[in-house]
Amino acid sequence: MKLPEKIRKDFSVLRQKVNNKPLIYLDNGASSLTPDCVIAAMDSYYKEYRSNVHRGLHSLSEKATIEYEKARQKVISFINAEEPEVIWTKGTTESINLLAYTFSKKLVKGDEILLTEMEHHSNLVPWQQVCKHCKIQYIKVTPEGYLDLNDFKKKLNKKTKIVSLTLMSNVLGTINDVKMITEEAHKVNALVIVDGAQGIPHLPIDVKVLDCDFLAFSGHKMLGPTGIGVLYGKKKHLQSLDPFLYGGDMISEVQFSHSFWNDLPWKFEAGTPQIAEAIGFGRAIEYLQSIGMKNIQEYEEEITKYALEKLQKIKGLKIQGPKDSKNRGSVFSFTIEGIHPHDLATILDREGIAVRAGNMCAMPLVTEVLKVGSVCRASFYCYNTFEEVDALVKALQKAQEIFHGR
Amino acid sequence: MEDELYRENILEHYKHPRNFGTLDPCTIHHKENNPICGDAIELFLIIEKNKVKEVKFSGQGCAISMASASLLTEKIKGMSIEEIKKFNQKDILAMLGISLDTLRIKCALLSLKTLNRSLELWKN
Repeated sequence: MKLPEKIRKDFSVLRQKVNNKPLIYLDNGASSLTPDCVIAAMDSYYKEYRSNVHRGLHSLSEKATIEYEKARQKVISFINAEEPEVIWTKGTTESINLLAYTFSKKLVKGDEILLTEMEHHSNLVPWQQVCKHCKIQYIKVTPEGYLDLNDFKKKLNKKTKIVSLTLMSNVLGTINDVKMITEEAHKVNALVIVDGAQGIPHLPIDVKVLDCDFLAFSGHKMLGPTGIGVLYGKKKHLQSLDPFLYGGDMISEVQFSHSFWNDLPWKFEAGTPQIAEAIGFGRAIEYLQSIGMKNIQEYEEEITKYALEKLQKIKGLKIQGPKDSKNRGSVFSFTIEGIHPHDLATILDREGIAVRAGNMCAMPLVTEVLKVGSVCRASFYCYNTFEEVDALVKALQKAQEIFHGR
Repeated sequence: MEDELYRENILEHYKHPRNFGTLDPCTIHHKENNPICGDAIELFLIIEKNKVKEVKFSGQGCAISMASASLLTEKIKGMSIEEIKKFNQKDILAMLGISLDTLRIKCALLSLKTLNRSLELWKN
């Protein structure tokens, strides 16, 4: 029995028709679906112990605090971090903004930040805007869709203070060798930040093995709710950084003239947090662990191989990114000659198939490196089936018939 | 194969857009983008005696945005500025002969947005 057969029943959202066709959800790179158990976990917070955390000296608040912190423990064990190293944020974007803002105060003129050409806007715009006094370099992407490691070695130097890169490209699907990059970066004392938004939902990850200094990811791309994400950071770095947002909960003592900060991780969590969302995210992680990240990775490798084979048989279709199913995620950005990606997305939607079209929030990569205006992207997850790959292929052929005739 | 959205006339204008190109010199030219999808349309207008004497457009985009630009430029050639200013969303959809959901309506209206902005710039 293949993985989707075991788990599809857990997703009520999959049991629906879109435009009179059974829903085929292939927009997981943008946001994944949520299993019923995650929704139930959030429901029980609202129905049974709705209250604030870390504040009230009453039973409901105590229960909420316990569940909220339990969810954090689940994240800690999921990535093999230590107790105070996991901070709740709104998502990957906020996690990276937190780092860009706090590091901008520490970096001086002449310091360099090394990014890659395949970054999502969330790991590009914050650095570009906040660290204007620093030089930003971009590691090139090869025509095959991999990072150009010679270019990396050329651009990494003693002035490099931060290397920030994606674990998996949301356009190309490329999985980067973050462990090797971290080793090299540490040789010149640069810190490594990993954007795990696309990678963490699909791969088993151990931060102690990766040895990266920071890791950011989002709940909504890994079966959790929207509005919750994580910033992992090594304790020594988090201790040395200033808070990002100020307000309640992040302080230990406030006087009219000055304040003292709370302990980690709460130093970085100002205001009432996303309590239901954190609890939901914790439940999603539990669910992923019950399937097993290794099983998810193996299944997705199989479906990637199948999809690459099938898609490449379509005349005029060009896949952007690696054509080898190894070290590549199940996200496929493509163009079809003579049909604009938007028109493709509309035609697929009529067949009940949800995909994304556009620049995928990676405009420099799409327009300046791949040199296409936009792409159409089908991105898979553990509940997608081989039959859905076939349906995608069939719908793309239908689009060709509409535009080019039989 | 006939599709209610991708009708023959839309596909025809997409594949063979009318007035595609640039004008140099021209009275005014202006470019607008649709940041969600990356569609871009640049309009070139020669205005004489308060009338559009010549019009061209360039850019890239989906069938809906390209066909709408092609049809719109055909329509406004020779028209007075006052007449053009009366154009609205309904006219564009009537011209295309389709109804559109909110997601794609921006594609259909990009050419009109570019035209209106061009005329505002020209007036100023």
